[in-house]
Amino acid sequence: MVKKKISFRLNGELREFEIEPNEKLLELLRRIGYKGVKYGCLEGMCGSCTVIMNGKAIASCLLYAFQADGKEITTIEGVSAGFADGCNLPNEIQDEFIKEHALQCGYCTPGFIMSAKAMFDENPIPDDETIKIYTDGNRCRCTGYEKIWSALKNLSEKHKEKLRR
Amino acid sequence: MSNTKEFKIVNHFISKIDGLPLAQGKSLFTGDLTPQDALHIKILWSPVAHAKIKSIDISEAEKMPGVKCVLYYGNVPRIPHTTAGQGYPEPSPYDTYMFDNKARFVGDRIAAVAAETREQAENALKKIKVEYEILEPVLDIDSALKENAPIIHDEEDSFVPIPVPYEPKKNIVSRIGMEVGEFEKALNESEYVFDEIFETQYVQHCALEGYISWAQIDSYGRVVITTSTQVPFHIRRLVARTLDIPLKRIRIVKPRIGGGFGSKQELMLEDIVALVALRTGRAAFCALTRPEIFRSGRTRHPMRIRMRCGLMKNGVINAVGMDIINNTGAYGGHALAVMSCSGGKTLPLYHCNNIHFNAVAVYTNLPVAGAYRGYGATQAFFALESMIDIMAEKLGMCPVEFRKRNHIKLGEGHPAFEALGEGKPGAPMTINSSSLSECIELGAKEIGWHNRRPHTEKSGRYRRGLGMCILMQGSSIPEIDMGAASIKMNEDGSFNLLVGATDVGTGSDTILAQIAAEELATTVDKFIVYSSDTDMTPFDVGAYASSTTYLTGEAVRKAAAKVKNQILSVGAKILNKKLEDLDVCDSYVIALDGSAKVSYSEIALYSLYERDQFQIAAIESHITNQSPAPFAAHFVEVEVDVETGKTRVLKYVATVDCGTPINPKFAEGQTEGAILNGISFALTEEYRFDDKGKVINANFANYNIFSLRDKPEIKVFLVPSYEKSGPFGAKSIGEISINGGLPAIANAIYNAIGVRLYKAPFTQERVWRAIQKLKK
Repeated sequence: MVKKKISFRLNGELREFEIEPNEKLLELLRRIGYKGVKYGCLEGMCGSCTVIMNGKAIASCLLYAFQADGKEITTIEGVSAGFADGCNLPNEIQDEFIKEHALQCGYCTPGFIMSAKAMFDENPIPDDETIKIYTDGNRCRCTGYEKIWSALKNLSEKHKEKLRR
Repeated sequence: MSNTKEFKIVNHFISKIDGLPLAQGKSLFTGDLTPQDALHIKILWSPVAHAKIKSIDISEAEKMPGVKCVLYYGNVPRIPHTTAGQGYPEPSPYDTYMFDNKARFVGDRIAAVAAETREQAENALKKIKVEYEILEPVLDIDSALKENAPIIHDEEDSFVPIPVPYEPKKNIVSRIGMEVGEFEKALNESEYVFDEIFETQYVQHCALEGYISWAQIDSYGRVVITTSTQVPFHIRRLVARTLDIPLKRIRIVKPRIGGGFGSKQELMLEDIVALVALRTGRAAFCALTRPEIFRSGRTRHPMRIRMRCGLMKNGVINAVGMDIINNTGAYGGHALAVMSCSGGKTLPLYHCNNIHFNAVAVYTNLPVAGAYRGYGATQAFFALESMIDIMAEKLGMCPVEFRKRNHIKLGEGHPAFEALGEGKPGAPMTINSSSLSECIELGAKEIGWHNRRPHTEKSGRYRRGLGMCILMQGSSIPEIDMGAASIKMNEDGSFNLLVGATDVGTGSDTILAQIAAEELATTVDKFIVYSSDTDMTPFDVGAYASSTTYLTGEAVRKAAAKVKNQILSVGAKILNKKLEDLDVCDSYVIALDGSAKVSYSEIALYSLYERDQFQIAAIESHITNQSPAPFAAHFVEVEVDVETGKTRVLKYVATVDCGTPINPKFAEGQTEGAILNGISFALTEEYRFDDKGKVINANFANYNIFSLRDKPEIKVFLVPSYEKSGPFGAKSIGEISINGGLPAIANAIYNAIGVRLYKAPFTQERVWRAIQKLKK
């Protein structure tokens, strides 16, 4: 098959990629080192591969890489609250997940965090139904979602508090 | 009881030590670490349930572009082995061959191709020509046990490495049983007699990270296998056997694992990636797709359980009988041990003098069953705890009261503990820690049990019901499991903690660091934890049988105690004091009279550089002759739509006694995850097969695991007891709470609509049909 050239903004940086026409965005991202984008089911049902494309959380396993051409993609590697001492600092969602013990094996976690980020970016104070809508595409088999739920609710509350002040 | 309030580190929440890199998506998992130039391996799976391979031609495939290696039965060692990752010698038949000239289920291994790219491997697979001689498939347990049934394992060289019954010519994998008192006589003499049959279904673990392994030959010619496994040390032994290479030549590296739940207590791909690496000298990796995982991965043993019970009018359970037919699928790994747990982890829950337990495991041409959280107890608790409700109703007694009256109490023993082991007799045991009575009280209060009304008083389309059950499990396999740990001190007062234990997401690395920190009077951040790499860490049986906290935890505590003594002796030298006048506190050795102190880092520097130099370090192992039971009471409220049969769980309350929770939030997390899995196991999860034995819902679109939206309100309460034989009073928590969903929901459905369900899962259709049957 003939390789194809595309370009998109990846975690803020405009980059060019040579891709196979049938390559999935998930495969491209993992191939170039973005291993935080996890392979779970390759059928868009588990959300482990969630990235943000132009503000929306999407399953990168369902999208062909060429469909990202000209778009803006954010992966878990592009999520942080800054850089210090050789390491990225956790953003507030990552921080809350750790504090709430909302992750166990951690395999679904990057996907959940990307879905949550897309949600909070759009709506900092989501109600219960909004949280359910935005996380509907993500599966976790370890936590029973109880602590993921409380982490997301806590953040919503915190944002509300902040706004009040 | 020790005062758990004095604990500074254990019994407190400390966030996962690997939480940040996991939340940041760092390269921590097997698939993240695969070399770019690794060969891609794809496997050819059997499309038929039962067939002899008349011929197989790989010559075309070998010529395909990019192909480096093709494996099939004609060019690999034929060595009978088990894929079950259990202690040696395994209580499982050696009935598996790396590749065989027979296909025993849809999804059985036929051949493997390694090529430069995945597409090349896939294309080459299509060029392998296989001629099958189709045999009659055995697609259920009744057909398997029929006289003159097709023999699934007709090969002559399969055997079990321990002296237990094995009758493959009858499709029988194993048998186990026990008799206490005079069951039949007691049953006949009972005032009420019950005889019911319960059935459970094929389900899968659905860890988000599937089966994945890769191997490479290192510069010294050794085979290094990086793999998503719960049992690295067993895998090393199994690969050595299967490939007939020296164990010493193999190194198993376990990175972070994306969930296991039992599915990875198994040799799945490690033998293939290792052999490809050996044949080609190249790194080689293999990852299964989700449909492959569903069809060819491990599942929970489906069981048919006949419960016969005898009851006296005064509420005494006079006789309990459990007869199990256990479907192990095409290969018999874990079958015996799972059945043993079906009896051994459930029957001790109730007082009874006359007990009968008989279980038989049979081969079928269906997917292979293996270890799955709960390990046989899950299936048996559905039967037992449904029956307890049936009996309570007969007496007109509240199910809670009936259980309170009959459940095992502190200080009591039970004959089933001794009678049922895993391939050898079990260990006699007394309950030395239990808060089960408190668990029941608290759970009843939290669910609002006092408001419960009989189903006869309910009407309308949507009817609500309350149900409950009580549960137990074990903590490791007594006299079989061993865990070990080593601790070494560095000059800044930090420690390397090396354990063979396998953190599969449970948080055991954190928990073991907490135990070490508590014993050493320091903090968790002083520990660099490295777990399960067969070259680097001491041995551990692995992450199964609810063993890591209880067993490896105690090994860690003992190693930490030894290190503490060394620290104290160096401290004594520096401070010029007697040992008995010193103690450790907040990373210091202190004089008890408060006159002097010296920090851990000063002690480490002294021991490494100043005088009488030595490495402060220790290694310890731990085995147990007990398997202390954690206990739990689960309560659930459901709502049933009597017109459609749709059943919703509204609220789920679990009260759990895990001894001292080393990390309470982790213990809650283990419980919540197990509960939701138990609920979806009860309501929706089920393999569906076509009439040829092929799984037809082999993906997440058709085999639905619950999402956040599906989650009911789940409330978990830890009700600690203190288990003296465990580290700082701890018992296990990992498995127990998956057992509650089936019986508690079945009992709640009965309370809502008066319909008793005997076959899981309680899908909308099955509940609707049961309602229609009742109407007739």
